[in-house]
Amino acid sequence: MIDAVGLHKVYRLKKHRVTALNGVDLHVEPGEIYGVVGQSGAGKSTLLRSVNLLERPDAGTVTVDGEELTSLRGARLRTARRGIGMVHQHFALLSSRTVAGNVGFPLEVSGVGRAERRERVGELLDLVGLGDKARAYPSQLSGGQKQRVGIARALASRPKVLLSDEATSALDPATTDSILALLRRLRDELGLTILLITHEMDVIKKICDSAAIMENGEFREAGRVLDLIGTPGSLLARSLFPLPDLAGPDTVVVTYPRSFDEPLMSELTRRFDVDVNILGGGVEQVAGQSVGRLGVDVRGARRSQALTYLSEHGLLVEEAGE
Amino acid sequence: MTADTAATLILAANTDAAGPWEAVVAFLRDWPNMWPDLWLATQDTVYMVLWATIFSVLVGLPLGVLLVTTDRGGLTPAPVVRAVLSAVVNIGRSLPFIVLMVAVLSLTRFLVGTTLGPTAAIVPLSIGAIPFFARLVETSLREVDREVVEAAHAMGTRRFTIVGKVMLPEALPGLIAGLVMTVVALISYSAMAGAIGGGGLGDLAIREGYQRFNDHYLWATVILLIVIVQAAQSLGDLLVRRLTRR
Repeated sequence: MIDAVGLHKVYRLKKHRVTALNGVDLHVEPGEIYGVVGQSGAGKSTLLRSVNLLERPDAGTVTVDGEELTSLRGARLRTARRGIGMVHQHFALLSSRTVAGNVGFPLEVSGVGRAERRERVGELLDLVGLGDKARAYPSQLSGGQKQRVGIARALASRPKVLLSDEATSALDPATTDSILALLRRLRDELGLTILLITHEMDVIKKICDSAAIMENGEFREAGRVLDLIGTPGSLLARSLFPLPDLAGPDTVVVTYPRSFDEPLMSELTRRFDVDVNILGGGVEQVAGQSVGRLGVDVRGARRSQALTYLSEHGLLVEEAGE
Repeated sequence: MTADTAATLILAANTDAAGPWEAVVAFLRDWPNMWPDLWLATQDTVYMVLWATIFSVLVGLPLGVLLVTTDRGGLTPAPVVRAVLSAVVNIGRSLPFIVLMVAVLSLTRFLVGTTLGPTAAIVPLSIGAIPFFARLVETSLREVDREVVEAAHAMGTRRFTIVGKVMLPEALPGLIAGLVMTVVALISYSAMAGAIGGGGLGDLAIREGYQRFNDHYLWATVILLIVIVQAAQSLGDLLVRRLTRR
């Protein structure tokens, strides 16, 4: 649905040059929620803005839903942008307009008549659960409600793609969860493709099917979240499940890249007569699977066989001491 | 006002002012005599200020918009255009009004046919207020959230529409506040315009109050100017409060 190839972007400031994008390839499947995570200054904001050409890349092409946006200018680019919704970190609502006025704005701009607009605005507000707030002004809403308005507005022109620029970064944890749940529901109900950028690993964990880790204008890793977690040495796995510094001589890091029904650890102690001591880690729901990463001390004569047993059952075992 | 009444007034002002209270009573007694003059002068002042305000908005508003949109990172960056506009505005802003009035006398004569009277005063008043208002417009437009403008771009909005439907409505309370400041400045300028024959309350204060030593006229014009400025400010504040949705 979104294909970006070879994106380069350099900002020329007064004295020095800042490379925001250094050869980024992005591929987002239809109906997927794709998260790009990275520190501020990693270039993720420039990447997101390249998708709807708010920033024009110096080199590379962007194709959304089969249309190469990088070749468009003027009126045709504006029309293409209407097929891509965008939500913003600080909501970007017009303070001078009511909720209904904000949601109706993109329709007004694209010349939709008043009656049709009103009907569509009503639908959209119901969709995001703000049916009773049509006449309120943004200043009368909470952060979460403002973002719901932002999402309703982004969906007004029935886009196939939604871009989310740190949509939950200004919200508290509970509100963040409700907004993420809303995004996932909209993806399921409307078949949206969502590209989001965030600096919160939690967002990746909670709603993303695919993810990329971005650093200094480049993707360090990109792919399906579960695949990445199951990849040895994965940065994403390390970032999603950080472990304390616990490298003893017998310590291994065990990654569960999917849900397991079998009691593998107790099996391990019985079969191989090893002592297993869990030092730290976590297990969480990621993309509908119970995924985890544990730092474990495994001691005993048959340690290496025990570890092989785990690997054979699909766990990822990495020596932590090395 | 006839020379006769003026003489009695001066006499009254000078003889009755035994103590502060008596002075006030004398002033109030004198008010009906002064009123025809004051009323005419007030009308002249309002007339000058009103038209100068209209011209200031007609020219200053687009000028202020251009100062913002032609800036780096604006909607239509044009550094050269912006530098020229900014320089023109600065020239207008750096001239003291009383100098500007004299400097544009020939333009005034060309446009109005005379350099005397309230209509002639509208020319220097507008020229003085346009750059003032333009800068205030620029300042309020800069306060508009950049993210909101970006969002409008992302929704495929034309630049002209962004100015009309996003920037100006979002900045409206600030624009109104700037307009009130301009009106108040114009009232003050209009009093100066009186000094070179522009008419209005300032003219009256100078002619009667200063040149003929009639304190009552001076006080009366001061009171009327305060009332007008206060009314303009209160009306503006009310509008700003109504329009602010933040």
